[in-house]
Amino acid sequence: MEDIRRTVDAVYREESRRVLATLIRLLGDFDLAEEAMHEAFRGAIEQWPREGVPANPRAWLVSAGRFKGIDRIRKRRRSSPLDDDFAEQLPAETEDLAVMLDEDLEDDRLRLIFTCCHPALQPDARVALTLREVCGLTTEEIARAFLTAPSTLAQRIVRAKNKIKVARIPYVVPSREQLPERLDAVLRVVYLVFNEGYAASSGNSLTRHDLSAEAIRVGRLLVELLPEPEAIGLLALMLLHESRRAARTSPTGELVLLDAQDRSRWDRALIAEGTALLQRALATQNFGGYTLQAAISSVHAAAPTAAVTNWAEIVGWYDVLLRLEPTPVVELNRAVAVAMCDGPAAGLTLVDELLGRGELAEYHLAHAARADLCRRLGKSADARTSYERALDLTQLEPERRFLERRLAELSH
Amino acid sequence: MKYACLVYLTESEITALSQGEWDALNNECMAFGETRVGSVEQLGGEALEPTHTATTVRVRNGRVMTTDGPFAETKEQLAGFYAIEAKDLDEAIAFAAQIPPARYGTIEVRPLRTLVAEGNTR
Repeated sequence: MEDIRRTVDAVYREESRRVLATLIRLLGDFDLAEEAMHEAFRGAIEQWPREGVPANPRAWLVSAGRFKGIDRIRKRRRSSPLDDDFAEQLPAETEDLAVMLDEDLEDDRLRLIFTCCHPALQPDARVALTLREVCGLTTEEIARAFLTAPSTLAQRIVRAKNKIKVARIPYVVPSREQLPERLDAVLRVVYLVFNEGYAASSGNSLTRHDLSAEAIRVGRLLVELLPEPEAIGLLALMLLHESRRAARTSPTGELVLLDAQDRSRWDRALIAEGTALLQRALATQNFGGYTLQAAISSVHAAAPTAAVTNWAEIVGWYDVLLRLEPTPVVELNRAVAVAMCDGPAAGLTLVDELLGRGELAEYHLAHAARADLCRRLGKSADARTSYERALDLTQLEPERRFLERRLAELSH
Repeated sequence: MKYACLVYLTESEITALSQGEWDALNNECMAFGETRVGSVEQLGGEALEPTHTATTVRVRNGRVMTTDGPFAETKEQLAGFYAIEAKDLDEAIAFAAQIPPARYGTIEVRPLRTLVAEGNTR
């Protein structure tokens, strides 16, 4: 009995998301599919000790879940016979199980991702729904990771599911014409989840790390099921960033910038994997911003020390990125790279021009970058003003401490 | 599945168009009325006169209160609507994207609600 428990637990970890993805398609309803899946697993715990573990546990669970679900639809229909919506939803019972378990299965996981990240849902809800349904995190886990009240998060998910049902957001992989916009929405959710776990080391760092791991998992899944250039580029970018995790905080939790990181602590396996994916994305010649950011990250990854970084190549990648995404933040990053390549004065000219346009006036990193360039040029008073402005604008504790340290160093 | 596609435009932007541009847009809309997008069926739709022609009616305590103007001052104003029958939201979105004024204003896509004797959703 203990053995069977362990087997069912293992199958749950391995298969529950796939089973759920297929049940949502077969039953046409998120909540119903979830209830049905849990009933199917309960059934497994009862039946598998008597009948043995089936040869294809996933098929068994889908089939059991589907019957439980149809049963529930029938009961609901009996209790409110006027509700013809459910009659319409009732799946054909004669449908051949072999057919429904066929190649469509892999597509079900994609369908689930695209539906959870549908642009008709609120951005916050897309993130929550993806973590809940695609990654299988509990509402409490998601709430903790995003420092939100569980009740707020639960409500967000309920609203999103309701909109999926009432507005009939379809459970499909989008058509070719719609794919670019829709894939973009998916990648944005994945990258947001990753950054939530990577950028902020505030709060509980353990749960935050889990978010990055979940984002990478979904990224891998996308590359496996829908190897579009930007999906590959995003996975490359996430792996290259992730490779530096151990080196970017000191033992006391202080933020360590790229040029000061102990590069022997970078994860070589992740760098190799990320670099290979980057080459694959670049080879398509049909890549976008994520691939270009990965390319920039890979130049850093290839440099044995900060001093030998190929800044000219980085500026070159930023030029391409800027043509594709002409945003002030990309311009700022390019200016910093130019400063490394052609000296701080060249960078400062660009940053001042950018700040003069006012778009980045509230962006703490723009002021931090300006402060750093002034410091390197020996303009201590200007550096001080900009560090103080950056401090006013940031809420992240490790960044605050870093800026305060730099400010203190100016006085020496 | 039935949806309404509500067309919102900023009236001041429309008045700023030349007569030629405005007529061209209207011709496009007339042609669009005859166009088929996917399997979407156009059930009906109309264009509205500008909001300065609107009259607002409320009934409170059995008394009819009539006022001049639209129900609310908004940046964009309701300028017309389509009622469609579409397979799902993706198809409705594809249709909305083809509505000519979508290039100028905003199209709001809303599922139509069926009135039933009991248990109406809200």
